Amino acid sequence: MKLVVAIIKPFKLDEVKEALRSIGVNGLTTTDVQGFGRQRGHTEVYRGAEYQVDFVPKVKIEVMAHDDQVDQVVDAILKTARTGKIGDGKIFVLPAEQVFRIRTGERGPDAI
Amino acid sequence: MPKIDTGDTAWMLASTALVMFMTPGLAFFYGGLVRAKNVLATVMQSFIALAVVSVVWSLIGYTLAFGPDRGMVIGGLKYWGLHGVGADPVALAPTIPATVFMAFQLMFAIITPALITGAFAERMKFSGWLVVLTLWSILVYSPLAHWVWGGGFLGTAHLGAIDFAGGTVVHINAGVAALACALYLGKRKGFGQQAFVPHNVPFVVLGAAILWFGWFGFNAGSAVASNGLAGSAFVATHLATAAAVLGWIIPEWIKHGKATTVGAASGAVAGLVAITPASGFVGPMAALAIGFAAGVVCFFTVNLKLRFRYDDSLDVVGVHMVGGIIGALLTGVFADAAINGFSGGWGQLGKQAVAVLVTLAYSFLVTWAILKVADKTVGLRVAEEEEVAGLDLSQHSEMGYTFSERGGHVVQSPVAEAAAIARDAASGERELEGASE
Repeated sequence: MKLVVAIIKPFKLDEVKEALRSIGVNGLTTTDVQGFGRQRGHTEVYRGAEYQVDFVPKVKIEVMAHDDQVDQVVDAILKTARTGKIGDGKIFVLPAEQVFRIRTGERGPDAI
Repeated sequence: MPKIDTGDTAWMLASTALVMFMTPGLAFFYGGLVRAKNVLATVMQSFIALAVVSVVWSLIGYTLAFGPDRGMVIGGLKYWGLHGVGADPVALAPTIPATVFMAFQLMFAIITPALITGAFAERMKFSGWLVVLTLWSILVYSPLAHWVWGGGFLGTAHLGAIDFAGGTVVHINAGVAALACALYLGKRKGFGQQAFVPHNVPFVVLGAAILWFGWFGFNAGSAVASNGLAGSAFVATHLATAAAVLGWIIPEWIKHGKATTVGAASGAVAGLVAITPASGFVGPMAALAIGFAAGVVCFFTVNLKLRFRYDDSLDVVGVHMVGGIIGALLTGVFADAAINGFSGGWGQLGKQAVAVLVTLAYSFLVTWAILKVADKTVGLRVAEEEEVAGLDLSQHSEMGYTFSERGGHVVQSPVAEAAAIARDAASGERELEGASE
């Protein structure tokens, strides 16, 4: 099992969600996050004074995937979240040790 | 005895309520411009003026401003505690009850010190502000109101400077007092380095809109009658404000590539400020010119604070002092005898300039002295740690916004006490039952 963590542009969330659903992913978690990478921040202007804002808003998606499903999940995110412009985000794939479904106590791949 | 005019009285009651509503409008305007951790303290600094100044005004402020003239300098004590302020009119407002005139003037006395609060936002102790507010209302506002409107040496009875609704008394006065506050209190921690950006721009626009709305009472109400002059002042007020919005956002667009909502709201306030002294003396095209000039000039002056490195947090100097001076001087240029009997020209402009200089000097010096007194007694500036934590928590033990569950439990409250009493009573009954068995 792997945990796929993707940081994407917020307006791409719906497309990514639909793409993941269409390949059989039946659950994911999202969080509004902010940070910076190569895109850096943006400029805001209040009463003639310009301010550099370093952190850009992004959405973080977390998906648990079966080992044989990981490439498909990553592919779907790569395809749908890409605009080709700087700031499209990152995908991290992490090993996941164990999963539990709280309601039933099931564990392992069945609990995904 | 002059006769009460019901139309005038009805309009002045409505105007009084309109001007009252400006102070909470200002609270939102300023509240939106500060950081989230200071929103309540900023709103409270304006809101508390409604309470403090009303009490001060009824006891002593009104009579010092509008009591019988004493040597062109101050009003006599005839009306202290509002003695003799009743249904009969006074000479300054011959067709409405004195009570209505007193209440109308009270609303001006409330908003003027509230305007100053923008200069020391995010770092003033609440207790310090209460002391400054009280002393300032008595020692600065009332004398100036007397000098210009109450029969004192600057007004039409003597020098002959004209100020329809408060360019000198309200805006230059508050603006230069704000400069004194910004200089006395010093900069906020991180000024000029950190981004101090508005936390709620919709509040800023809402506040500016409420100010615009209330200002019809402020300016058109200053006709103290429901007549053609009130209508003229109403139109001048509206047109100047509209032109000032454009006067601000056009250079902003050129310089920064975008027109901003904070810019539009700030331009509106600059226009309202500048037209205030002129509103009852100029025609509609002059109003457009005054408003547009105020918008352009104030757009450029608000950032003088960055050059001169004084922290006028919300630009009271750049908008109210500068806008007030533009308005007071241009009143001397554009006044039209057909509107209200005064003509613009070099002579009138000179009188306006004298009134401006007297206001600047008196207000700055006395405000500085008041700050000194308050600083030595209750203290003015919060500790650095309190400033970083935010004034909402450090001055009022509250938070403006709680978006998530933060944990915690009741330490002390009436509800908890009631629950404790009920628990004690229940255990008492159980003990009694146990004893009877």
